[in-house]
Amino acid sequence: MPRVVVDVMLKPEILDPQGQAVANALPRLGVSDVASVRIGRRIEIEFTGEPDLGRAREIADKLLANPVIEDYTVRLVEADETADAHS
Amino acid sequence: MTARVGVVTFPGSLDDGDAARAVRIAGGEPIRLWHGEADLRGVDAVVLPGGFSYGDYLRCGAIARFAPVMETLVDAARGGLPVLGICNGFQILCEAHLLPGALTRNQHLHFRNRDQVLRVEATGTAWTNTFQPGQEVLIPVKNGEGCYVADAATLDRLEGEGRVVARYVGGNPNGSQRDIAAITNPAGNVVGIMPHPEHAVEALTGPSLDGLGFFTSVLKHLVGAPA
Repeated sequence: MPRVVVDVMLKPEILDPQGQAVANALPRLGVSDVASVRIGRRIEIEFTGEPDLGRAREIADKLLANPVIEDYTVRLVEADETADAHS
Repeated sequence: MTARVGVVTFPGSLDDGDAARAVRIAGGEPIRLWHGEADLRGVDAVVLPGGFSYGDYLRCGAIARFAPVMETLVDAARGGLPVLGICNGFQILCEAHLLPGALTRNQHLHFRNRDQVLRVEATGTAWTNTFQPGQEVLIPVKNGEGCYVADAATLDRLEGEGRVVARYVGGNPNGSQRDIAAITNPAGNVVGIMPHPEHAVEALTGPSLDGLGFFTSVLKHLVGAPA
C-alpha cells in the first residue's frame, strides 16, 4: 500500500540546537569533515483508501508542521521504498 | 461578585492545581475546566497552565490546540475574554495562533529551573495592570522548550506596539530572542508567559509574592477598574 511521507524540517533561519549537539559529537567518532547537521522529522501516513496528497498537505499544514518555524514536503512512496528507507 | 477564573486541565497538565490556588489567593473563584469539554462554564477569564499536555508529542502544545475546549476558547479570546497561558499554556496559545511566534528547544538544550528576574514592560494588559512599567519581579522559570522565536518583522512589531510584556533580566535562561519572556495580543487580553507566576504567590513555597500581581490584575481588569 503506498504511503504519504511528510518530511518536516526547521526553517533554515531557525537555530537547531539538537543538530548542533550532534555535529559537536561527531569529532568523538573521528569524523571531522561535517560542516553542519540539521534534524527534522519524517511522518508516514497510511490512508484507509487511496492516498490523498491534498489531504496529507492539509494535515501537515494544520498539525504536523508549525509553519512559523518549520517547512514541510509531502510525497507519495511505494511500500518497498518505505522499507528501504528503514534499512 | 467574585470573578470566576477557569483553569484548564489537559492530559499532562502539571500546574493546574497551583494556578487554581493562585486565583483563590488573589481573591478570585477558580473554576476547573476539562480539555475534553467545549463548555467554558461561563467563566470571566481562563488560565492555561504549565505542564506537558498530550506528552508534548509532535511539538509542545500542538495537539492541545485541537482539544474541544480550545475551539471555544479561541473564539472567546478573539472576543476579548482574558486568557493567560503559562509555559505550556504559552506554547498552546502560539500553536493556536492567538499569539505570534513559537517556543522552541532551549538553545543550550538543558532544562532550566531557577528563580528568574523579569522586567515587566507592558502594564496595559488584562494580566499586568497592577505592575509599574519597568518593575522587576522574581518568578520561577522551569522549561525545556522556552526559547521564543519569531521572524525579525514580528519581533519589531511586538516591540513597536508595546506587546513585549516581560523580558528576562540578569541572564536569559533559554536563548529567547530579544530576551522575551512574555508577550500579548494587540487587544491585551491574551498574554503568554514562559516563567510561572502561579509559583510565586506564597512565602512558604515561592521566592517572592510577585506572581500574585498577574492574578490580581485580571480581577481588577474584570471589575472595570482603570488599567
